[in-house]
Amino acid sequence: MDIGKILLEKEPFSDIMMGNAAVVRAMIEAGVEVVTTYPGSPTPEIAEAARAVLKYESPFYFEYSTNEKVAAEVAFGASLNGRLSVVFFKSVGLNVASDSVVQFSLLEPQGGLVIILGDDPGANSSQNEQDNRHFARMTNIPVLEPADPQQVYEMFIEAVEISVENKMPVFLRMTTHVCHAKSRVSFGDRTIVRSGRGPSFDPDFGEYIPLTSAVAPMKKRSILKLGKIRERSENSRFNYLTDRNASKGIIICGLPSLSLSDLLSEIEDKPDVLTIGMVWPLPLSFICDFCENHDEVLIIEELDDFIEKEVKAAAFDRGLKLKIIGKTEPDDFIGELNQQNLRHFINSKWPELGLKSPAVPLSALTEIKPRPAQLCPGCGHRSAFYAIKKALKEDDITVADIGCHTLGYMRPYEFGKVLLSMGHSNGTGAGLSLFNRTRRIVTILGDSTFFHAGLPGIINAVRNNHDITLIVMENGTTAMTGHQDHAGSKADSESGKKKISIKAVLEGLGVEAVYEVDTYSQSSLTKAVDDALAVKGFSVAIARHPCMLKFTRENRHRGITPDRQAGIDPAKCKNIEACIKVFGCPSFMVNKETGSISVNKELCIGDGSCVQVCPVSAIGIKKKNEAEHE
Amino acid sequence: MNNTELKNLSLNIYMSGVGGQGIGVLSEVLIRAYDDAGYEVKGVDTHGLAQRGGKVESHLRIGGPAGSPLIEPGTADIAVCLERTEAYRALVTYLKPGGVLIYYNTSWQSLNVRIGDEKEVTEALIKTEAENRTSSVYEILTENLPDVRLQNIGLLAGALREDLLPGLASANIENALQVLFSGDVLSSNLEILSG
Ligand SMILES: Cc1ncc(C[n+]2csc(CCOP(=O)(O)OP(=O)(O)O)c2C)c(N)n1
Repeated sequence: MDIGKILLEKEPFSDIMMGNAAVVRAMIEAGVEVVTTYPGSPTPEIAEAARAVLKYESPFYFEYSTNEKVAAEVAFGASLNGRLSVVFFKSVGLNVASDSVVQFSLLEPQGGLVIILGDDPGANSSQNEQDNRHFARMTNIPVLEPADPQQVYEMFIEAVEISVENKMPVFLRMTTHVCHAKSRVSFGDRTIVRSGRGPSFDPDFGEYIPLTSAVAPMKKRSILKLGKIRERSENSRFNYLTDRNASKGIIICGLPSLSLSDLLSEIEDKPDVLTIGMVWPLPLSFICDFCENHDEVLIIEELDDFIEKEVKAAAFDRGLKLKIIGKTEPDDFIGELNQQNLRHFINSKWPELGLKSPAVPLSALTEIKPRPAQLCPGCGHRSAFYAIKKALKEDDITVADIGCHTLGYMRPYEFGKVLLSMGHSNGTGAGLSLFNRTRRIVTILGDSTFFHAGLPGIINAVRNNHDITLIVMENGTTAMTGHQDHAGSKADSESGKKKISIKAVLEGLGVEAVYEVDTYSQSSLTKAVDDALAVKGFSVAIARHPCMLKFTRENRHRGITPDRQAGIDPAKCKNIEACIKVFGCPSFMVNKETGSISVNKELCIGDGSCVQVCPVSAIGIKKKNEAEHE
Repeated sequence: MNNTELKNLSLNIYMSGVGGQGIGVLSEVLIRAYDDAGYEVKGVDTHGLAQRGGKVESHLRIGGPAGSPLIEPGTADIAVCLERTEAYRALVTYLKPGGVLIYYNTSWQSLNVRIGDEKEVTEALIKTEAENRTSSVYEILTENLPDVRLQNIGLLAGALREDLLPGLASANIENALQVLFSGDVLSSNLEILSG
């Protein structure tokens, strides 16, 4: 199956499609010309689908930008120039982008601009579960929230129409399990380009300088536009009523509306349901009419009480007398509203509705310890942690950052005691180093993060002479999110993409002590970290090794599979378990009855990074067929 | 597809394994196979950080009345698991009492087991727990697989042989494989499917 080809189909068609791929078809049908992103779950598959398309045709320009702020600015600039543009990133990406995004609605992007947010209720793969609808209120940007892949496609096209018509950005808020949901989606054809390409950049279309006295009229214009879009919301087909003439009503939006339909199938006396797809601006008249026709209305929304507060205020203004039930308990604000959590929520608010109790109690689900994530077999980060730890003293303070190497905080490495956000480590580390003469501060950064948000903290540390040792984990890729290239990835002469050397950047910034070591050379890395720690002020060790998951995958695509494998010499092995308890490669298994250690052939890639770890030299690397005969 | 009358089947299939085992392919094959058989399908992979050796799940809901693509715990009719510990977890969380558990009998020890914090799940434990819940268990192990990444298809082949996938014929899986793969990968998958 070639998703690129499928998405480029000329005629209307339908196919089983992930939300993240369906949105790319919508981009093609709408005539999007510029697509930018910085990778982050749950959105990376949007980029994968977009890049698959580019193998055959170039309906749009695509780039992985340095971070979300730059990505948003590139899309904004392109829209100023009349190009219909899209930027997408994960929930917390909006924090990074927001310094620019908050101005978007003050100005008028001419070509249309859709911002796709991958929000993550349940924090499946994020450092928090922030509800980005709050940004909509702050920035005067409309929000559409699809519940399934078909709606993803349809709402994207609606978002484009709203954006082009009103010359303002629109958020398409896709939550994790909408991004990744798969179902059959019906698409249109490619002949109707729904966007009107705007004229190319002209400052007269502005004003584009939001300063002092210019701000007030710009703000007023955006509020007026939002009022106009509210009218559209009142009549939008994405806000709809399921009317059964009940006395109870539910207001709901997004994926939880599908969980609700599952739950309501259990009962005869169903409440009426008002489903909201256009979340901002809310269709308040439509909602108030609904409220007026019911004695009690339950508001169901994931995470915060965003709609609830609006509805209660509007009902108050109109003097409505019904009971509006919303969030009261801390748990009401937490997690995804899948069936089990929604069941709990409804049963706690409306026990009389008669939903069943859960087949498996929520407590039983949290009782079982989850399988901890681990670094992959052969991962250079593992070798690095093993070596770095040898240079550290018990009371040194290690500061984690975001990437695969975050997993270093877990056993057996326990490197990294505090985590905030991408690139925080040198800022937080600097603060920790103040008034701290005896405990040394060791920070970490991945190479993608180095460019994304790492540099300001580094520059701060250099300028203010903070006593920190930074380890840069350079694996050539943005590994955690699925191996996207970044500014330090290899150059590409065809597209003119340049590789920026981290070492050269650090030297250019005037960092005097920069050590570089391949992480598989464990004793050299230990020494490098030792030496770096001895330097007063800011020092760096670049711990380098290519991402082995990417390496083995790419090899496999070329028909090359690992031909070597670690083996344990039973005559030498003394069951010390350093390979397991200190090094922690998942390829080593213990037989709990006999205590003997063996190698899981399904996992080992024969990289050999473990060999130096065994104190009795029992680990060897052999050709695969030899290892198998042991 | 739109005009075909969709058959009257309602089925929840829960799939799980460890990151790297190929759950994504397994679920993609099954969703397309059921679609090919003429059913309405919805599915979702849930992986989080799990690409890095954690648990990976996929949910598949077959039949018209399904709302969410997610399955509620305790309501899966069938659990298809690629690893023994994850099979046990599926049995006690997602599988309904009286449901069917099919698992590939391999073990990827978690760190907790290797360090000695947790006991390794045994076949016997799964059997006992399944009996308590009147669920049936099928262990599958395909000998001499050329590549571990074919275990998922080995598991599907086993499930087909035991006739554990209602509404699905071997041809539907073949058709799904034809859509998803080509060349050598397709032929090795088809070979395993035909046993
Ligand atoms: C603001 C923000 N954007 C994106 C992400 C998603 N994210 C998590 S880990 C990661 C990769 C970091 O790559 P790198 O620094 O190279 O470390 P690696 O995973 O390669 O070790 C990204 C982009 C995030 N957590 N926060």
